Amino acid sequence: MEITLGPVTAIPEGEGRSFQIGPEQIAVFRARDGGLFATQAECPHRRGPLADGLLGASTLICPLHSLKFDLHTGQSENGDCALKTYAARLSDSGQIMIDL
Amino acid sequence: MASKQQLVVIGNGMAGARAVEEILARGGADQFEITMFGEEPYGNYNRILLSDVLNGSHEAEDIFLNPLGWYADNGIKLHAGVKVSRILRHAQQVEAEGGIVASYDKLIIATGSLPFIPPMDGVKLPDGSDKPGVFVFRNLDDCRKITAYAMGKKRGVVIGGGLLGLEAARGLQNFSLDVHVIQRGNAIMGQQLDDPAAAILKKTLEGLGIVVHTNRDTRAIRGHDQVTGLEFKDGTRLACDLVVIAAGIKANSGLALRAGLAVERGIVVDNRLCTDDPRVFAVGECVQHRGQVYGLVAPLWEQAKVLAAHLTGTDAEAAYYGSKVATKLKVMGVEVASMGITEPTEEGDEVVQFTEAKKGTYKKLIIRNGRLVGGILLGDIRKAPYLSQAFERNTPVPDERLSLLFDIGAPSEEASIESMPVEMQVCNCNGVTKGKIMGCVKQGKRSSKSVMEATRAGMGCGACKALVSQVIEWACGGATDEDPSANFYVPGVPLTKPELIEAIRALGLKSVSSVFAELAGGKEDPGSKPGLASLLITLWADEYVDERDARFINDRVHANIQKDGTFSVIPQMPGGVTSAAELRRIADVADKYHVPLMKLTGGQRIDLIGVKREDLPNVWRDLDMPSGFAYGKRYRTCKSCVGTDFCRFGLGNSIGLAQQIEARFQGLDAPGKLKLATAGCPRNCSEALVKDVGAVAVEGGKWEIYVGGAAGAHVRKGDLLCTVDTHEAVLRLSGRFLQYYRENARYLERTYAFVPRIGIDKIRDVVVEDSEGIANRLDQAMQRSVEAYRDPWLEAVTPATANQFSSLLPIVQ
Repeated sequence: MEITLGPVTAIPEGEGRSFQIGPEQIAVFRARDGGLFATQAECPHRRGPLADGLLGASTLICPLHSLKFDLHTGQSENGDCALKTYAARLSDSGQIMIDL
Repeated sequence: MASKQQLVVIGNGMAGARAVEEILARGGADQFEITMFGEEPYGNYNRILLSDVLNGSHEAEDIFLNPLGWYADNGIKLHAGVKVSRILRHAQQVEAEGGIVASYDKLIIATGSLPFIPPMDGVKLPDGSDKPGVFVFRNLDDCRKITAYAMGKKRGVVIGGGLLGLEAARGLQNFSLDVHVIQRGNAIMGQQLDDPAAAILKKTLEGLGIVVHTNRDTRAIRGHDQVTGLEFKDGTRLACDLVVIAAGIKANSGLALRAGLAVERGIVVDNRLCTDDPRVFAVGECVQHRGQVYGLVAPLWEQAKVLAAHLTGTDAEAAYYGSKVATKLKVMGVEVASMGITEPTEEGDEVVQFTEAKKGTYKKLIIRNGRLVGGILLGDIRKAPYLSQAFERNTPVPDERLSLLFDIGAPSEEASIESMPVEMQVCNCNGVTKGKIMGCVKQGKRSSKSVMEATRAGMGCGACKALVSQVIEWACGGATDEDPSANFYVPGVPLTKPELIEAIRALGLKSVSSVFAELAGGKEDPGSKPGLASLLITLWADEYVDERDARFINDRVHANIQKDGTFSVIPQMPGGVTSAAELRRIADVADKYHVPLMKLTGGQRIDLIGVKREDLPNVWRDLDMPSGFAYGKRYRTCKSCVGTDFCRFGLGNSIGLAQQIEARFQGLDAPGKLKLATAGCPRNCSEALVKDVGAVAVEGGKWEIYVGGAAGAHVRKGDLLCTVDTHEAVLRLSGRFLQYYRENARYLERTYAFVPRIGIDKIRDVVVEDSEGIANRLDQAMQRSVEAYRDPWLEAVTPATANQFSSLLPIVQ
């Protein structure tokens, strides 16, 4: 099921923001090269707020203990854990679309 | 099942027995019937402890390694006390006294060494028999004979001032003899010590009652039917009752020579310990490998392993490449460690040396291209385990040479990486154990950076980085991969800091994204962003284009993130001075926003902890105080003591100076965080000596400026940069130092690492003496950064980015 989260301008370029979707929280990331990613909101390691992390083209570093994740696969490069990922895209009207 | 091969071992000393042990450990009992010949009528014993037997501290039976029962238990046929007379290579047989013949498929020669008797007259009686009172010192029988003869004698002399000779001298002292040592050259223990060390040891030994004669070459042992004295080539004489010749050893290779094997100084073997006959191997002191003959025990252990691996076929690749010999021993209670060369031999060899002759302490290290190639420790050998490991493994040694000679402050964990248990935590922030690092190396990650990234070891407080690197190096067997990015300022842009600065200036790059676009092929590396932001702020000050995504979360919301995603708020409180009104306001804010924890910080401020992100702007507004910048890699705070206003010891106005410092450097970005302090007198209540910059008032209206101190994960006393007369001078010189640090330090390199890396003398030259003529420029750059200051908490009124202070966004349809 694809849902619309709102305008992409809600997220500054190169940053992430968390969204409340029903009972669930999802972090959405807007890379400077236009890439859009969505994952679970909390780091599986110690529940760090991933949306506050440092974002690269397709990697993310958690702000609490620097775990690094590949946003395509959700796999951690330096920890024994992985993120749940969701397909995300930008609609023609500039809306963030997430496939739940 | 094929019948077992016959393995014959000539020699039941430490080498022969160890080789057999290694063979048995590799399942050799299933492959071989083992026969051993030993000249001595015992099992195998630890020859190193012979001098303990001689001096009575050990009984002979204490030093046995393998008693006779061990041979029987392992199915080994031992001919003890039987001398092998010849090797018949064509018949593949060994002939021994008493008509014993043993056939072999494989033969190991481990005949060890013989005492070297220097040419001199009177060693034997005229009829060729042993002269009573003349002894060598090589085996248990020698010990027994010396013991029996020494009783009631007055003076014993040892010919030979080497290791063995001194051990013998120690033994002789036990018989209440007046002991003299004769050294042919001018220095005792010439193999292990240089001249100054030998002189110190000589003095120490003489203090223990041993007379050492140097530069005495013995011409003859006097006495017609027994020893009465020595005569030297210079014509002098020395009366004595007993002589022990301990002038060195020579490989016992006669059997091999007569069997037609290649023998030079020892039996020549290849990297498998094989002689020029593929069926015949040799091991231990009788062996010459790559021109080297070893007289110590460590090489023998290594050789025995390789030999066993080949004979049992368990590792066809096993090879012995020679040993780097590091020795540690005790000569009459004096501890000595020695490794490699004793004098520099190449141009550029660096010598690090310490002498305290009065205490008998001497330390000397020879370093070539950053690696240890030789070392002598006398008296104090606490650093020996670390040094011999660095020597044997050829690992780079720390730049701070002093730490090679002494343990200063920090515990010497590196001393024992080898002995460190695998479950021991190396990185205490991220809980990374030695075992985890070893596993990571096993998986093929062989550079410090790759292992640190994969395990996060060293990526917490960073204090363990050096240790982590050493463990990685150890796990790699010394052969770590060079990681080119180790020299980059940030991993994502392939340039060193000077190259990067030049490129940024040349291209006029003022934002982090433009640096990635121009210098990194557009590939944004998240881990590189904060370092680039820090550098760009330093270079451009007010012209910097602030892209918030480049900054760590703390610098986006101007507060310090906590484990639960809330934040800590610390308002500015210059000099730690507050007022009743201010405290009331802070208390009101804490009530209004239900702040769960209020705490005094180490930097003399008040911390409101657990503030929700949404509340940050309102908290700031209600506090009506500027940010204290208790987050980020920046100037944090300046502690101060009471100073002159009330303190009866105060010499300088430390509060006033701290407030001026805060007003000038507030919010200043830097490669690492900056914690400062001012102290009103040398009692240093504000701990200014362990700060990045500390100013200490001294008598005469002066201030001492210390830089590079730390008292966190790393403890270091700051270095005195200079002494000045006024607050203005403190501000100017510490500002200049800080700007120099900002421009030259690696990202995240704190001043405690930067100052010793550059050297305080160099820093003083540049900052105080202006040796490079850049003082003016540094001052101007700092002034520009100071003027670019803006209180970030003003963003409470005008947020910088969309939803800057929202932790959770609702869906907007």
